[in-house]
Amino acid sequence: MTQVENGQPDRAPGREGRGGRRRRRDDALMVPDAKFTSYYGRPVIKEPAWGVPDVPGYLFLGGLAGASSVLAAGAQVSGYGELARVAKVGALGAISLSAVALVHDLGRPERFVNMLRVFKPSSPMSVGSWLLAAYGPVAGAAAVSDLTGILPAAGTAATLGAGLLGPGIATYTAALICDTAVPGWHEAHREMPYLFAGSASCAAAGLGLLTLPPAAARPARTLATLAAPAELVTKRLLLRRLGDIAEPYETGRPGRLLRAAEVLTVGGLAGAVLGRRNRAISALAGASLLAASALTRFGVFEAGLATARDPKYTIIPQRRRRDRRGMN
Amino acid sequence: MSVSTHRGAPFASGPADAGGGLDPAARSGYTDHPPRMGFFTDTSVCIGCKACEVACKEWNAVPEDGLELTGMSYDNTVGLGASTWRHVAFIEQPVVAAASTPAPAAAEGVRWLMASDVCKHCTESACLDVCPTGALFRTEFGTVVVQDDVCNGCGYCVGACPFGVIARREEDGQAHKCTLCYDRLGAGMEPACAKACPTESIQFGPLDELRERAALRVADLRADGQAQAQLYLDDPDDGIGGGGAFFLLLDEPEVYGLPPDPVVTTRDLPNIWKHVGLAAAGLAATGIALGLGRRSR
Amino acid sequence: MAEAHPVGFQWVMEAKKRGAKVIHVDPRFTRTSALADLHVPIRAGADIAFVGGLINYVLTTGKFFREYVINYTNAATILTEDFADTEDLDGVFSGLDREYRLYDMETWRYRGEEVRPAVGERSPEETITRPTPGQLRQIRAAGRGERHGSGGAACHPAADTDETLQHPCCVFQVLKRHYARYTPEMVAEVTGVPEAAFKKVCELITENSGRDRTTAFVYSVGWTHHTIGAQNIRSASILQALLGNVGRPGGGVMALRGHASIQGSTDIPTLFDLLPGYLPMPHVYGNEDLSAYIAAETVQKGFWANTSDYLVSLLKAWWGDAATKDNDFCYGYLPRLTGSHSTFDTVLAQLDGVCTGYLLLGQNPAVGSANARVQRLGMAKLDWLVVRDFSLTESATWWQNGPEIETGEMRTEDLKTEVFFLPAAAHTEKDGSFTNTQRLLQWHHTAVEPAGDARSELWFTYHLGLRIREKLAAASAASAEETAEMDRPVLDLTWDYPVKGPLEEPDAEAVLAEINGWGSDGQPLSTYTQLKDDGSTTCGCWIYCGVYAGAVNQAARRVPGRQQNWIANEWGWAWPANRRVLYNRASADPDGRPWSERKALVWWDGETSRWTGYDVPDFVADRPPDYTPPDGATGVAAITGRDPFIMQADGKAWLFAPAGMVDGPLPTHYEPQESPFANLLYGQQHNPVRQIISRPESLYQPSGNEPGSEVFPYVATTLRLTEHHTAGGMSRFLPYLAELQPAFFCEVSPELAAERSLEHLGWATIVTARSAIEARVMVTERIQPLRVAGRIVHQVGLPWHWGLNGLTTGDAANELTHLSLDPNVHIQEDKAFACDIRPGRRPRGPALRDLVREYQQRAGITPQTGTQP
Repeated sequence: MTQVENGQPDRAPGREGRGGRRRRRDDALMVPDAKFTSYYGRPVIKEPAWGVPDVPGYLFLGGLAGASSVLAAGAQVSGYGELARVAKVGALGAISLSAVALVHDLGRPERFVNMLRVFKPSSPMSVGSWLLAAYGPVAGAAAVSDLTGILPAAGTAATLGAGLLGPGIATYTAALICDTAVPGWHEAHREMPYLFAGSASCAAAGLGLLTLPPAAARPARTLATLAAPAELVTKRLLLRRLGDIAEPYETGRPGRLLRAAEVLTVGGLAGAVLGRRNRAISALAGASLLAASALTRFGVFEAGLATARDPKYTIIPQRRRRDRRGMN
Repeated sequence: MSVSTHRGAPFASGPADAGGGLDPAARSGYTDHPPRMGFFTDTSVCIGCKACEVACKEWNAVPEDGLELTGMSYDNTVGLGASTWRHVAFIEQPVVAAASTPAPAAAEGVRWLMASDVCKHCTESACLDVCPTGALFRTEFGTVVVQDDVCNGCGYCVGACPFGVIARREEDGQAHKCTLCYDRLGAGMEPACAKACPTESIQFGPLDELRERAALRVADLRADGQAQAQLYLDDPDDGIGGGGAFFLLLDEPEVYGLPPDPVVTTRDLPNIWKHVGLAAAGLAATGIALGLGRRSR
Repeated sequence: MAEAHPVGFQWVMEAKKRGAKVIHVDPRFTRTSALADLHVPIRAGADIAFVGGLINYVLTTGKFFREYVINYTNAATILTEDFADTEDLDGVFSGLDREYRLYDMETWRYRGEEVRPAVGERSPEETITRPTPGQLRQIRAAGRGERHGSGGAACHPAADTDETLQHPCCVFQVLKRHYARYTPEMVAEVTGVPEAAFKKVCELITENSGRDRTTAFVYSVGWTHHTIGAQNIRSASILQALLGNVGRPGGGVMALRGHASIQGSTDIPTLFDLLPGYLPMPHVYGNEDLSAYIAAETVQKGFWANTSDYLVSLLKAWWGDAATKDNDFCYGYLPRLTGSHSTFDTVLAQLDGVCTGYLLLGQNPAVGSANARVQRLGMAKLDWLVVRDFSLTESATWWQNGPEIETGEMRTEDLKTEVFFLPAAAHTEKDGSFTNTQRLLQWHHTAVEPAGDARSELWFTYHLGLRIREKLAAASAASAEETAEMDRPVLDLTWDYPVKGPLEEPDAEAVLAEINGWGSDGQPLSTYTQLKDDGSTTCGCWIYCGVYAGAVNQAARRVPGRQQNWIANEWGWAWPANRRVLYNRASADPDGRPWSERKALVWWDGETSRWTGYDVPDFVADRPPDYTPPDGATGVAAITGRDPFIMQADGKAWLFAPAGMVDGPLPTHYEPQESPFANLLYGQQHNPVRQIISRPESLYQPSGNEPGSEVFPYVATTLRLTEHHTAGGMSRFLPYLAELQPAFFCEVSPELAAERSLEHLGWATIVTARSAIEARVMVTERIQPLRVAGRIVHQVGLPWHWGLNGLTTGDAANELTHLSLDPNVHIQEDKAFACDIRPGRRPRGPALRDLVREYQQRAGITPQTGTQP
């Protein structure tokens, strides 16, 4: 094994403190005025082949589905039946759209079944495909049973089952994008799962707040008040970890999307809390949280692509790391 | 359906044992397999003729992929991709001569680096690790090959490769890359590019022999004053476990468009799963907490 | 070399691996330079100044290989006192007739030849009592230089010598004097080569020549495509002879030839002035019958003395039983030259309506020949044109989409030429041979049958011949005797090769067997010394005799190198007699011992009384080193044991060429036909006897100090890229090659780009007095500005592969080039001319010709411009 774990080089002793917003956690990623060479400015790695809006859309929808199933299970057990129904239907709808998006994104859609040829823990997409294969029918059963009233016991079991699989659905996508060479994702792999969990939870909560009167959506509100701050904090930690690679997260179009997402998250949180007696505000808060979640996924996705496109994000940290190792 | 077994180092496609990095085929379950075969590309003798590009395309029926003048010196191929499996890079560098030479030009001279790039057939291969359909597999020669009849074009391999090698071809939606001429190897022949290369810049053979040869060659070049001559991806202890295709470069890797310190993303996967697990657990715990509340009537 | 011969270049890399130093002299830094130890930038067209400088260095420092020079070159030979050098005549030699643009070589002879030579030693000019200048011009125009290139120029074998090399009229002193002004400073001023680089080259080549080490010169069209092209090669030969590098392993002056078997195309020539084996094509003056020809063309010493054996055997191959002693072996059937019938003369004849039919076999003059526009204007006057090629090249479609259609100069509906396009088989679809740089014949086999109607040249020619003979035979039978007589040369040909396969492809090996020849017993011959002039032997090409020895296709041998010694003479077959290094007797000293063990190649074995060694000795096998011919000996018997250059009349390598070169016995720097510079070395600007073709369709620009020369201030040079092949017919139509270099571009330095506002990847228009073309711009530091004659000069590099058809299209560089030719070999000068360059695309339609006219007017160009001798 290499002595230097990827992305975690030895801390340079006597590091000068810079103070301010960003404390340098990872020196390799911080090369402010580094000059670097590239091959005619061409990217070193390839941008992921995943299409927009299919894949970021799936990140959002999948997260919404998984967290909704969790919310549905909790709501059901604690007696919030309407919320549970909304969440189950929402999960089914989201996961169905997800399936469409995923199959559509394949280069050979008719071969989507090949996803089930093998089970490979080394491939988050393989794990995810199997998760989806299990989760989809279960979430479907939960929703159908609730809507039709057929087999309620089985429906409850399915709800709980979906609630068990839901967290996986909502977080494995972080592994999906972080388990790549894309610097803007890979280097954020310690934070991304929590960001996704938070974002998914906000979306699920938002759906509940949007569609139900505040009183009926209390668990959703609770979820929002737990998840939104966690998400905001996680995002800060993620950006700090990325250092200079955070640049596309804060500039350009991805920067705009993520700033908007942040505003909407804060607004949605405030609205959820302040609007706990006001249907309109509560609904608005719900919509904000849903939008914020979507914008977050698109922003993260596009920021990542930007780090793949510009060779400096690949070369500079690696060059730094290599030089520090003394190899040349 | 089969469970892809990856023993040893978590989820990696190659060997984790130290001093290994030479037998990924065994790790993939082959017993009694031929020696690991690979490429040593000595760019110091490349003449930029692109016979490798043409031979590869002809043998593998790879389509033409772009009739556009790029202005990147003599490189109109630009980079590896689904329809370019050998790519010759050209880098023109000014060389400043000793002050004593009177010459009118600003640049006293030029150095022109030429290098034929190819899939590295990594010992720890990210594309192989992330492929969800098992289309990508390790051959008995230790090489990494895409099965064209299995790949469904999910594109995961594309973003996973630290070298930007594999890509999806628009015409058929599938991922394609160098096969190290798997069909030719099976017939006891060398890959088309190696055969076509007139100066033996592309050398094919058992990987351990190639590594020995390369070590001698780079030592010679250094002794001859070429201080920047270096081997790239020859070291089994590097971030990909060493490459099945490795190179002798005359400058830093990034000059050629290669990552200076590539590490296979799978190395971090255990950590990634750990955090996914914790996040999922956190979400599940939240769900349970929500369930503990009771609706007030 | 790496650009145009990448596969051959592997041997340079192999040499490098073993410690050889590689020097690359070129106006541009190319892929060859990238792998060379030293790149020497040079102004295109200034090569004689450069090599002359090297010669001067070798002579003044005394670093020539003395023993070799004295014994094996004509350094000691004394010249006639009437000889006047360029030093005396400000750039020309004695004997120049400016009006007829030719040299009378009388004053170039060795002393002792003033007496009129006996019968059997005269040149064709001398067999006429007193040729008029016009007749002389016609004889000279025919050139036939290649024949002399293999050493057979007529000359007296026993000349006066001074072995101390001191006599003021000895070749050595004349040489010294001639090159005295080619100092390092002069070299730098004329060629732009920095003094330090020049010095380095001097050191490297002299350190690496002598007994223990040898240096090789390798060249290609960068040296030959000039009005002084043949003299460029001569200059290297002189240098190599001085350094003792000829006939030795790792030495020599190597012409890179092999594309389309171009070496083979002069061996078994597709040239108007030669017969197979470098026998001269008979001329209407002086070669009236067989005996006159033999008398005129035979040299009294060496193997050319057996010219009659070679010619008669050739005639027997062509006319078989019809060729008998009584009819001079059908010598009368051979066509006669009346002057120059080169491809350019043919085009002129087309323009003048004299030549009305044309066959283009794998040739694309609309792109590849100088002044492409004139080529097309000529074709537009034809009655019929046949094009055989793989794809519809520009020479097949000019009538439809050529530049003249675009400018409106031609309209398709008005053209009367009937154009036939016949698909050709590729080399993988037919049997045959390639002959390359090393005179090596290598056989290739049919891998796959040609598709559809595609056929090989052999098939085409043979079956065309059959049909023509059928028609002639029928017409003959029905007509008068005179007509019948006229058809005999074709009807009497041996034209009965076996055919095979469903396509009735002639058996190429049968043709090879005929080229090899057989004796009266019908058995294949094994060496050219078996040839006789009594009609008992048949041989289609005497230098190839032996390629089918023992009825084995020697050219098809492929014993791997690792199973042979380093000379590897069981791979393929080299002419003559499978000798791999020509004149290899020179690898041993006068006593027959190798100059050094390290460089041993052939040597005299006293015990067996034979020459032996790694290579087949290029010498009389059993002639000892101390052999002195008896008085009056002629032919092969006249070769002494110390004359390695067995094809030369005096057995020596010629530092000074008393005959054989129509433009001077010693290479002299002249400026190209078009140059921004006056000749700094002499008052004589150009090669005084270069071949000129100036007409309204093809005008010259002013040069040097002539007014108007500043309108074309840049040096232009054409070049090749690895990715494309010659006139593009074999590469622009293939996707895998087209994508490697997908657009026509010009290469300019950053300084020139700044001067002319050219942008990288933008467009530029390049203009000459002939036409204007557009190209994408590649700004690169691989082209350096040079300092010449005290000022900076820029060069523009133009790949010449592009034309309007194919997957990648562009203007042809040859739209720009002129028609001024080397007078020895009629080769176009496209490697150095002058141009202007400006940003932006060129005008379309008639405006293109307007632009060219504007330039012509600005430069004050008339049909007389540039035509002065």
